[in-house]
This record gives sequence, C-alpha cells and structure tokens, in this order.
Amino acid sequence: MIPILFFFFAAVAIASGIMMIVHRNPIYCALFLILTLFAVAGLYVLLNAPFIAAVHIIVYAGAIMVLFLFVIMLLDLKSETSRQRPGGLPRILSIIMSGVLLAELVLFLRSGTANLPLVEGDLIIGSTKEIGNLLFTEYLFPFEITSVLLLSSIIGSVILARLKLK
Amino acid sequence: MLFNFATALVFLIFGGLFVLLNLGISRILQARNPHPVKISTYECGELPEGESWIQFNIRFYVVALVFLIFEVEIIFLFPWALVFKDLGLFAFVEMMIFVFILLVGLAYVWAKGDLDWDKPQSVPAPELSQSYEQKEVTETVDS
Repeated sequence: MIPILFFFFAAVAIASGIMMIVHRNPIYCALFLILTLFAVAGLYVLLNAPFIAAVHIIVYAGAIMVLFLFVIMLLDLKSETSRQRPGGLPRILSIIMSGVLLAELVLFLRSGTANLPLVEGDLIIGSTKEIGNLLFTEYLFPFEITSVLLLSSIIGSVILARLKLK
Repeated sequence: MLFNFATALVFLIFGGLFVLLNLGISRILQARNPHPVKISTYECGELPEGESWIQFNIRFYVVALVFLIFEVEIIFLFPWALVFKDLGLFAFVEMMIFVFILLVGLAYVWAKGDLDWDKPQSVPAPELSQSYEQKEVTETVDS
C-alpha cells in the first residue's frame, strides 16, 4: 500500500510541478504549486514525519502561498499571460541555475545515497509529541532564540514593506 | 501512526471524487448557450465594472506578512500543547517568554502605524441618470 501511495503522491507532485512551469496564467501556476506542496506533504506523512507534513501545509501551502498570490496580484502581470520568452541576462541566468540543479540531482543519484535502505516500522522520532519533548527540554535555548529570529523577521519585513510603500 | 492518516487519505479521495463527480454531471447535463451577459462575472445582480484582476491594496501585503510570522508561532504551540501536561509550569513559562518576545514585534508594528488602514477617499456616487438598460447595451457591445 505504501509504495502505491508513494508513487501516487510523487506523480501528483511531478505532474503539478510541470503544470506550474508551463501554465500561462500566473495565478494558476501558484495554485498548481499548492497542489505540489500538498503532494510533498503526503510524502512526508509516508516518511513518518506528520509534524513536518502539517507545518508544510500550514506554513507553505497556507501562508507563503498567500504572499505569492498577493505579489502576483500586486504586480501588474497581465502582459505576462501572453508570455514572451525572456531573452538576454534572465535567460542565461535561468539556464545556469537549472543546469546547476540538474548537476546536483545527477550527483546525488550517482553517490548512492538514494539507494540506502529505508527504515521500516513506526518511528517515534517524527511524532509531534516527541518533537515537543525534545524542543521544550533539550533544545529549549534554540527554541527561545527562534522567537528572537521571528521578532527580527517581523520588524525587518514590515520595514522593507513600508519602504516600498513610500 | 501511519494508519491514523488513512482517515485523512480517505477524506481526500472522497473530497476529490465529490468535486469531480458533480462537475462531470453538470458538464453532461448542462445546456451551453454562451452569451456575453451570461458569462460575465457574477456581482450579485450588479453589472460588473472592469476586470476581476485588479491591483490589490499593498496594505493587505503587510497584514499577510505579520500573519505569516504569527502562524509560525502557532506551529510551535502544537507540540507544546502535547507535552504541556508532562512538563507543567516549566513549559508554561517557556511559552510565555516565547509569546512575549513575539508580542514585542506586534506592539512595534502596531505603534509604528503599519496596521493602520488608510481608507480610500469616498468617491462621489456616479450619476444615476445612466439607466440600467443603457449600461447593459454598452457592456454587451464592448464585449
């Protein structure tokens, strides 16, 4: 059952990822990205990491995609829907970046890390309760530091947004 | 533990099937006579003006940014709620410190007026002389 589900989620993730790239309407691209994120969250559940899966859906598919949609709606992208192929520097940069990603993927597959056996059975380590136990005892200090990080990000992002307003 | 997610999976499958089935049935049964008025955006009986793709007020973006930060904070509350009974007062104090530090951020944003909503100037009501029928004719000709 689990291999079937894995291939189902993987197929959904890849198919919607491709749709995200080739679709002309930026809003639909964003919605396909949400579908990809949901499929990846399904893969996390299969890997016994339900907390990561929930975080993935709540933060990425929820909040960050809202920001993406806002940016799409803020920019006037109507001309983008009749898409011209980007030329010049953006094109060269995108070719280099995707080349680097492809090289990384090939190196990873050749290194043999992908062939390591999966750990079977119910792992306790990924459960939300176990994460809470570790987070609030052993990793207490990093957890409290996280709040300072979040504080700096809230102030920084709001200041940047305010600069753009004026 | 994986078994608990079978419920979610079944829910997902039936939710998807429900939508597809209903859209499929309506696709089979519907009569298709497109008309410019029929395919225009539904605005609760009002005639739509302009397109649905408008530029949002950037104020929404600031609120969304603040929302994102506090959502990450909420994420940390889930494991906290699960271990709260075991750890007791200790966990409570920890989380209060965490929330307090983030509240400083909210206070900053609030005090600096980033959450203030600058209301758009009220636009004078359009002339009522332009009757519904006239408008409808022009809209139909435009599209």
